Amino acid sequence: MAPSEHELRLRERLNRLRNVPLLGGAKLSGELERLQRQLDRIGQEPTGDEIWRSVELARHPDRPYTLDYVEALLDDWFELHGDRGRGDDGAMVTGLGKLDGRTVALVGQQKGRDIQERTRRQFGMPYPEGYRKAIRVFELADRHGFPVISLVDTPGAYPGVAAEQHGQGGAIAMSQTTMARLSVPTVACVIGEGGSGGAIAIALADRVLMQEHAIYSVISPEGCAAILWRDAGQAKKAAAAFKPDAAHCLELGVIDAIVPEPAGGAHVDPAEAARLLGETLRESIDDLVEVPADELRRRRRAKFRSLGVFA
Amino acid sequence: MAKIDVSIETEDKPAPPPKHPNTCPSCHSHYRDDELERAQWVCAQCGHHFPMRARARIASLVDEGTFYEESADLHSEDPLNFFDLRPYTERLAEAEMSTGLADAMVIGQGAIEGRGCELAVMDFTFMGGSMGSVVGEKFSRACDSAAERGVPLVSVTSSGGARMQEGILSLMQLPKTVCAVEDLHDAGQAMIVVMAHPTTAGVLASFASLGDVLLAEPGALIAFTGPRVVEQTTREKLPDDFGLAEQNLRFGHLDAILERRQIRPTLGRLLRLFG
Repeated sequence: MAPSEHELRLRERLNRLRNVPLLGGAKLSGELERLQRQLDRIGQEPTGDEIWRSVELARHPDRPYTLDYVEALLDDWFELHGDRGRGDDGAMVTGLGKLDGRTVALVGQQKGRDIQERTRRQFGMPYPEGYRKAIRVFELADRHGFPVISLVDTPGAYPGVAAEQHGQGGAIAMSQTTMARLSVPTVACVIGEGGSGGAIAIALADRVLMQEHAIYSVISPEGCAAILWRDAGQAKKAAAAFKPDAAHCLELGVIDAIVPEPAGGAHVDPAEAARLLGETLRESIDDLVEVPADELRRRRRAKFRSLGVFA
Repeated sequence: MAKIDVSIETEDKPAPPPKHPNTCPSCHSHYRDDELERAQWVCAQCGHHFPMRARARIASLVDEGTFYEESADLHSEDPLNFFDLRPYTERLAEAEMSTGLADAMVIGQGAIEGRGCELAVMDFTFMGGSMGSVVGEKFSRACDSAAERGVPLVSVTSSGGARMQEGILSLMQLPKTVCAVEDLHDAGQAMIVVMAHPTTAGVLASFASLGDVLLAEPGALIAFTGPRVVEQTTREKLPDDFGLAEQNLRFGHLDAILERRQIRPTLGRLLRLFG
């Protein structure tokens, strides 16, 4: 690519990025400089190495998980358990809490910190029971007018015999359908791994956010490498090819904004990471509660129906 | 052949690969093209259902001369400049040459036993029937066309899942097709899905599961995760009929399994019921 053309692309990219509601700068005047730096950084096309760095940070064992953000951001948290049919999936956490005095419903995948918890929560990979639990909480929120927050952090839906027998594909489809029907505002944020169908199942939201070092992809880098390169060891190459990083997702219109992380990643300063996430969630909900329900639903569907590139 | 992981093997010990696509993988009977075509690609000896191309499928379902194709000229772009062992654009061009299709789905208007409907039919031979932006857009347009004309949508699925070469945009075809079905349902129209072998991953986890009635062909693999991946990741012992249509019916995920020649009359009956 000729340098001038490359420069042009970069400038166009920066322009486009400036026009997106990156954290709705209005309420963040104290951080403008920081934001500008971040904007400059994501204005550059991330390199293969930078993309791989995000893959590593997104999976970092100390990275804050859904329940860490719940604790930092929500008051009066009450966890809701079970899908009312078959079981209670530990990989999917649901509950009610107050965000700035407003009751919200929260749904999110949860990995584990130690091996016992990881096993109990299937490393954040929900069974169909997990998605059905999410569905019933979406419906609960809809009945009572609670805004919905989804925190996405999963390598993917659980790939097992029982999961298939209990209807994994159908559960993921129904979870999306339920979100497409909601009359309440919905905000989803990918806070770690946004792995394929298991992630989109709870991310059909009015506003979709991604933390700076989260990844969002159709398949894991290892899975893609195993299929296309016939060698799972080529994961880094695969990630560079399918570009699961936040900057590329923003550019493709898949997400609406990037939530910044403390320097070095969310695990370096979880309190600051939670503060930054909380601020964006609040702003997003404040914006969305102003929109009438029919209009909200119409816009949500129109947004997702416009995604794709073809000629 | 596209390198899409669909894990088609269902036997404990897979038979040696057939020498010819017209050889039945199940009983090894061999057929001439015209014999298979007359039998709707079903083995006369053992009833094995060979894969069926999209246009042949449409011809087998609609009343003669009623099909009018829509959006035939939609082509995939290469939004990521994707390059694995070969560039995506090269794979696309090759698939187009070998299949005569612009992508893995054909949509259009037709009539089945005199009842008007919209059709959205997938073709597995085009890059494993993978769903990228074009498949998502065509399905979305089929929903709109059905809603505008006030007719039901009939969709025949056959897909290895989302098209990796389009990265996150291919994942976004899941919510896109889900929203399209919701709009179709809001317009008061029905969707009937026929799942052919294989209907897996992203297609199963989106529009394919959302039909008002879900039908399948015998022996079709219908799974979010295919048997090979489940076995490798979990080391579980798989039941013999893992992921097959028959298991899905038993567990309540399908309304019926139909032999291929029963599909057209059944669709005709359902269209009358929904009409």
